[in-house]
Amino acid sequence: MLRTLWYSTRVRNWLFQIALLGGLAALVAWIVGNTLTNLAARGIRTGFEFLSRPARFPISESVLAYDSADTYGWAFVVGIGNTVFVSALTILLASLLGFAVALARGMGNPLLSALAGAYVTLMRNMPLIVQLLFWYALATTAFPPARQALNPLPGVYLSQRGIHLPALAFEGIAVLVLVALAAGVAAALGRRRFLGRGGLLWPLGAALAAGLALSLLRGSAPSLDMPLLVGLNFRGGLHLTPEFAALMIGLVLYTAAFISEIIRGGIEAISRGQWEAGRALGLTRRQILRHVIVPQALRIIIPPLTSQYLSTVKNTTLALAVGYPELGLVVGTVINQSGQAIESILIMLAVFLSISVSVSLFMNWYNARVALVVR
Amino acid sequence: MHPGLRSLPLLAAALTLLPVAGQAQSTLETVRERGRLICGSSQGAVGFGAPDSNGYWRGLDVETCRAVAVAVLGDRDAVEFVPLTGQQRIPALQTGEIDILPRTLTWTLQRDGNGLNFTTPNYYEYTGFMMPRELGIERVQDMAGASVCVQTGSTTEVVVNDVSTEHDLGLNVVVFDNTAATRQAFFSGRCDALITDAAGLASIRATEAPNPDDYVIFPATRYMDALTPAVRHGDDQWLDIVTWSIQALIAAEQFGITQDNIDSFAETTDPRIRRFLGLDPGNGQALGLGEDFAYQIIRAMGNYGEMFERNLGMDSPLRLERGSNRLYSDGGLMFPLAFQ
Repeated sequence: MLRTLWYSTRVRNWLFQIALLGGLAALVAWIVGNTLTNLAARGIRTGFEFLSRPARFPISESVLAYDSADTYGWAFVVGIGNTVFVSALTILLASLLGFAVALARGMGNPLLSALAGAYVTLMRNMPLIVQLLFWYALATTAFPPARQALNPLPGVYLSQRGIHLPALAFEGIAVLVLVALAAGVAAALGRRRFLGRGGLLWPLGAALAAGLALSLLRGSAPSLDMPLLVGLNFRGGLHLTPEFAALMIGLVLYTAAFISEIIRGGIEAISRGQWEAGRALGLTRRQILRHVIVPQALRIIIPPLTSQYLSTVKNTTLALAVGYPELGLVVGTVINQSGQAIESILIMLAVFLSISVSVSLFMNWYNARVALVVR
Repeated sequence: MHPGLRSLPLLAAALTLLPVAGQAQSTLETVRERGRLICGSSQGAVGFGAPDSNGYWRGLDVETCRAVAVAVLGDRDAVEFVPLTGQQRIPALQTGEIDILPRTLTWTLQRDGNGLNFTTPNYYEYTGFMMPRELGIERVQDMAGASVCVQTGSTTEVVVNDVSTEHDLGLNVVVFDNTAATRQAFFSGRCDALITDAAGLASIRATEAPNPDDYVIFPATRYMDALTPAVRHGDDQWLDIVTWSIQALIAAEQFGITQDNIDSFAETTDPRIRRFLGLDPGNGQALGLGEDFAYQIIRAMGNYGEMFERNLGMDSPLRLERGSNRLYSDGGLMFPLAFQ
């Protein structure tokens, strides 16, 4: 009986699986136990209660509001916010630029095509960190000091401190303008979706005008918050820092080069016959591209594009070289101030895993949607 | 990934994967077996720890390590220096990658309570701001709205924040991960001010400013910090050895013993000095060292005052005043403990 069991392939397979799983569980248990013993032996605090203690260190800029009286936990969230913001913006802008470059390269205009080719070669063959440092050095040395800032337009200042722009301040009833704007966007999108036609501009304009008129009637218009040089620095208005600018320029230019090659590859993989068929039907070049080529090319483009997006998310950690406080920089500071390296690294790993898995899931879903359905 | 960041997961991994060492071997035994001391060092702070043009490490912190190496191994060159960023230095000590961390490390409660043991301060000082002279600002109260370049991995991040809150200055802080980027941003004009310990600022000004006279340095707070070499928790004997090796440097200055005149004390009748030099035995044995460990240290390195002048004082490019780092008897804070 036992003998037959032993020689049964099915039983053997199961035994092997169980042994593998048991071994894995034992390994994890050993690592965790060993770590805790080591930490205790070295007198290092463990656990996550430090997350609720005040952080006390500054973060130079953030999408989410942060004050040094906030907790370590919130500091992490602020770092995550910055990472997600930079990643999303880079992916969006790099995809647009990448598409444009891919088109420029394939459109048969020799000068444009050569320029696009040179751009791709240059960007793809230099390490990203070098590019970031180059843009940062340029941003901090090419412009005059704050006190002699360039002032090309009223309220617009260019200096080593970055770009300062006037901001629209919505106070009190003027918030209505924002509400109207949101309503306008919703109306325009809804109209498009359900009626399948119509411009986006005029419902937006109408809603904006209505909101503005309403808030003016109530005696409070949105005001302009102009940047002003007070003492050493500008105060008020919008501020685009050199760190953020260098990071975005570097990341977008670098990533777009890769994306353009992925897109070009996808488009060129569609056989000439498709173009010719389109032309035979009397479609214009634009129409062929939009209705024939791109839908088919997407199927080829999406999988490598997903990898590229994932790399981009991870590449944002290079921001610490140019002083932009993304998650990596925040984690480094937290480790130094709290001494809890393992917990902080675990949080960073978990966050990057979550972001990457989300991007990956979304792209897989999109891929399934555009994929050729075989019936 | 940036090199600074890449090593952090490695350190974390070291903590997870190291076998439980137990109390099998003390740091002293490990160092003796290895034949050299491994010392955490800065990535280049002239005066405290930096290789010279021949690749030989020099500086106050570096020489503190050499003093310990003399006490333990009898050779001031039996030291390996591991350059570490501000962020790497504490995990590196905790994981056992280095034996001792003298790297302009401020003695704080949080660090002390969390895996480090501090020995004896080898430098007292305040945190300072450096600003271009042309801005005409020489005190913290006038700094409203200034941009400040800060290097992460130090206590200065907290200091700049406290200062900004206390005087309601609204400082704009730009935080960098590495030393070179921080300094480059300051000298290019991205920031109005650079913050770090005042001796560090003097070192930067002396070695990197195009014209050192164009920059002023002033205190950021009225509080002083004690920069103190640290060891890890769990080895009391090693803590004692490092503490008393540094104490020997200070005590020698108090006794008037220098590198040059030390042999003239061979026949001294002062019982304190006799115990200090190991002529009357007992001190070395208590620490697990040779009886003449203090003699050997001074013989090889000189006393604290000589070390200071050589690395930071008038014999160095930094030309710093001794200030609070004089002996207590000269009005400073350096206080030798009793060698008995």
